Amino acid sequence: MALPHKESSPIFADAAAGTLRLMGYLALACALMVLDHRNGWLHRARYAASVAIEPIYRAAAWPGEAVQNLRTAFTGHRDLVNENQHLREALLLAQARLNRMNAIAEQNTRLKQLLDTRRMLGMDVQLARLIDVDLGPARNRVMIDAGAKEGVHVGQVVIDAHGVMGQIVEVLPHTSVALLITDANHSIPVVDERSGLRGIAHGSGAPDRLIVSDIPLSADVKVGDRISTSGLGGRFPAGFPVGTIAKVGPDPSGMFAQASATPAAALARSGEVLLLRDQPEQVGPPKEAPLVGPPATLAGSSNATNPPPRERAAPAGGGRPVAAQNDAVTQR
Amino acid sequence: MSKQRAQFWIFAGSIILSLLLMLMPLPQTLAPLKPYWPALVLIYWSLEAPERTGIGLAFLVGLGADLLDGALLGEQALRLAALTFIVLRFRARLRFFPMWQQALAVLVLLLNDRILLLVVRLFAGDPRPGASFWLAPFTGTIAWPFVFLLIDDVRARLRAKET
Repeated sequence: MALPHKESSPIFADAAAGTLRLMGYLALACALMVLDHRNGWLHRARYAASVAIEPIYRAAAWPGEAVQNLRTAFTGHRDLVNENQHLREALLLAQARLNRMNAIAEQNTRLKQLLDTRRMLGMDVQLARLIDVDLGPARNRVMIDAGAKEGVHVGQVVIDAHGVMGQIVEVLPHTSVALLITDANHSIPVVDERSGLRGIAHGSGAPDRLIVSDIPLSADVKVGDRISTSGLGGRFPAGFPVGTIAKVGPDPSGMFAQASATPAAALARSGEVLLLRDQPEQVGPPKEAPLVGPPATLAGSSNATNPPPRERAAPAGGGRPVAAQNDAVTQR
Repeated sequence: MSKQRAQFWIFAGSIILSLLLMLMPLPQTLAPLKPYWPALVLIYWSLEAPERTGIGLAFLVGLGADLLDGALLGEQALRLAALTFIVLRFRARLRFFPMWQQALAVLVLLLNDRILLLVVRLFAGDPRPGASFWLAPFTGTIAWPFVFLLIDDVRARLRAKET
């Protein structure tokens, strides 16, 4: 009779210990999640572990790339010729448009110079490629093969040939993660190009739909209107296409209208993206200019002759620092 | 190479492979159908070699998956620890189920996992996911027999080779 007793007791002991351990691990996991949610530990851990993580991303993306390469290798000659023809036409069209744009841009610079507000029209961009990795279907995020070492930083705007794609939310040494404009946690300030109505386009979570909510019922929004970034908020520069209105209807409360739009950027198809280097003009007061003038030790003695260095460096109007900033940007 | 070591490499290799498969992209339309590979592999090892696995190991695999996935540190660790605990608890019964019953049990496990994920996501402030969120457990169930037979086959071949 000793045997069954001996056999049964470890089972129960094991079960009890197992439950306790489970509780321990669950508590640990919950603690980790809360701490991560509050402090963003994951980013730091990922940055520290990037040496191990980044090769894994490349490895995971490899089969997809191989399939892509195979497809390119075996695409028929006719398809290639067709595509070539198509691209030529598109290039011609683009070139023609570009020429027109150049003329307009020149005119614009002239007018702006007349108005004495110097601004940058050229864009400083960086070309990067997408790494084809699945970061979970619920999240519309993409991985990009440029990171902190290539000068990418959080908040940079990601665009493709057709429009705004999203913004960088996380940077590793050689890769970074961008949040697409269709992510349910993403919003972008937009303006209707036809009527000038401002709004905010939220991501819907679906890869091909944006939602512009809280439009007044009487507002002038129609199907087919193009929406572009309004530049408000200071994150996205103004004037980049965001999408086209596909549907307008009352929202669930019936108090406002709600429009859904298809994104202009080829979010699901782009292989190469552009990262905008220069930030739009910042909101709020300009940054304090570096102190010029004699060092603080000497400043006290010569106070009578020189004005205090602070006042000289940052005039109250803010006009000079902006100009200085623009100079710095143009020189880059 | 000793048998123990070869077995260990299969074990480690299958887990790493499952993490890679988790990251591997699928076409947009198929993306919601992707099974939760690390869970399937962990279920297999908990059933067949419980001395190797444990809640602690599942927790570590989950942490690794979180590091790769970059969503929320601890999310998958929690899910995999809970999953492994349930499998180890009912291991004696699950092991001797016929395959279709086992697959059904896996479906229940994966659905439970999705519920846990949903709870975590909602607490983290994410919006409520669509209906396609619930598709992955079913494809996981369909994939289960293949995962089971594949790893079993590799192990059996290795054993035959050793002797």
